[in-house]
Amino acid sequence: MQKQSVFTSRWLPWLLIAPQMIVVLVFFYWPAGQAVRQSFLLQDAFGLSTVFVWFENYKELLADPDYFASVVRTFVFAAAIALSSLSAALLLAVMADKPLRGVGVYRTLLIWPYAVAPPVVGVLWIFMLNPSLGILAHGLRAMGIDWNPLLDGNQAALLIILASAWKQISYNFLFFLAGLQSIPKSVHEAAAIDGARPIRRFWTITFPLLTPTIFFLIVINVVYAFFDTFGIIDTMTRGGPAKATETLVYKVYSDGLLGGNLGSSAAQSVILMGIVIALTAIQFRFVERKVTY
Amino acid sequence: MVENEGLRRYVAHAILWIGIAIVAFPVYLAFVASTQDNAVIANGQMSLWPGGHFIETYYKTLFVGSSGTTREPVGMMLLNSLIMALSIALGKIFISILSAYAIVFFRFPFRMTVFWIIFITLMLPVEVRIYPTYKIAADLNLLDSYSGLALPLIASATATLLFRQFFMTVPDELLEASRIDGAGPFRFFKDTLLPLSRTNMAALFVILFIYGWNQYLWPLLITTRDDMQTIQVGIRKMIVTSDALTEWPVVMATSILAMLPPVLVVIVMQKLFVRGLVETEK
Repeated sequence: MQKQSVFTSRWLPWLLIAPQMIVVLVFFYWPAGQAVRQSFLLQDAFGLSTVFVWFENYKELLADPDYFASVVRTFVFAAAIALSSLSAALLLAVMADKPLRGVGVYRTLLIWPYAVAPPVVGVLWIFMLNPSLGILAHGLRAMGIDWNPLLDGNQAALLIILASAWKQISYNFLFFLAGLQSIPKSVHEAAAIDGARPIRRFWTITFPLLTPTIFFLIVINVVYAFFDTFGIIDTMTRGGPAKATETLVYKVYSDGLLGGNLGSSAAQSVILMGIVIALTAIQFRFVERKVTY
Repeated sequence: MVENEGLRRYVAHAILWIGIAIVAFPVYLAFVASTQDNAVIANGQMSLWPGGHFIETYYKTLFVGSSGTTREPVGMMLLNSLIMALSIALGKIFISILSAYAIVFFRFPFRMTVFWIIFITLMLPVEVRIYPTYKIAADLNLLDSYSGLALPLIASATATLLFRQFFMTVPDELLEASRIDGAGPFRFFKDTLLPLSRTNMAALFVILFIYGWNQYLWPLLITTRDDMQTIQVGIRKMIVTSDALTEWPVVMATSILAMLPPVLVVIVMQKLFVRGLVETEK
């Protein structure tokens, strides 16, 4: 795509792109390049000398059981968050897509959590489920469940997944509703005339027509689970107990805080970059089939 | 459709209300907690109805600060968050609209190279290059400064792509017409393109404001001084001590205050918000 009619000027376009180019080069390419460079270097304990070690940092990382556990954990979190949040949002969107009174109000009341920041989400949920003072924690105790996410790693993981899924419902709901509304009503009516019951209509007509939206949302939810859960984890569990909630991003952060192995932390960053680029590439494959609002 | 519509409608209403209740309950609880006495909450005997400490707690939160580890009042943090969110939103719109203008309406060498250099930044969130970026910010003396808070988060292509897409749809005739009127690149930009882009800019602003306001990891690293803290970072520092020492009403009031501005933006500017959300994800 090119415009036929354009301006010609030797210096003006450069002046116009200069601010963005400077910001992007200084705060994007330079640090990203540094991460790649450092991932091939090994620094001695005092930071006095560095040696080029090829893929040594990566090899070490991939052989590290802690890192491997974190990779698996991150993917499990992502799958659990995406699955729970997408199904809840789909149910709500299907209901809100019906010709009900006050649908606009429902929509407003369901989309606002998008604006709640991850650390705030973490605080809200830890307050409800804090073993000593949380209201829901008391309820769980009363039901005879030994609830203590501060000690039990699985419970802590569940807490993170629930809170993260809660926040993402609004986003998924919005896109599902848009997807549903773009399906022509006549399709449903034709199927109804053919005698298909509503539940069958959903699985044979609505759901297949929604697949582009679903694929798109899966990618978005996985990216969300990878990166935006940092604030939730940091306010709720800080990666604990015993690293049970340490995702890849959280590990980059906490390893870096300890200020230990620069090369390893850089290699972790580079692997994360690879994962994001792969996810983005997948998303772009579906881009032309996506919903329009 | 002549099925059992009445019953189905009731079920749909019921499910939607349950969904709304699940979504709203944590926030309601936070609000209720912010109006109650700390001792009662710490005992786990909180009531589910608002208490009588509303004014007291919010006054203390906004202007005095909690008596725990951070003594900084939340009013200051709100101001910092506001400055950061506005700088990110306005900064990104400013640099993006200019570069998109250059890429779409000018021919110059390496035009596509420039476009790709900007385009690639779309892929990597700041989290994956967090420490090298920190190092650069430190080298440039940007720690504990508003520019340090905002600049690394401005370095991405979403807005540029959006403006580029929109500019491509502007008919050539408009440019021809303003040329005949004797307009140069500056006048065409100011009198034709900017007015046409207003809705796009507003939608983008809404999304970027929320994005900026809710930033967490970057401000956490780059601010060390208490008076430069954003509200998201401030909350976490309030619950750093053990349960018994945490002032829960203040923490909860801070949470409410932290979510109020972006939530209001979503509700009041819902049309722009939805539009911005859908367009930036393209």
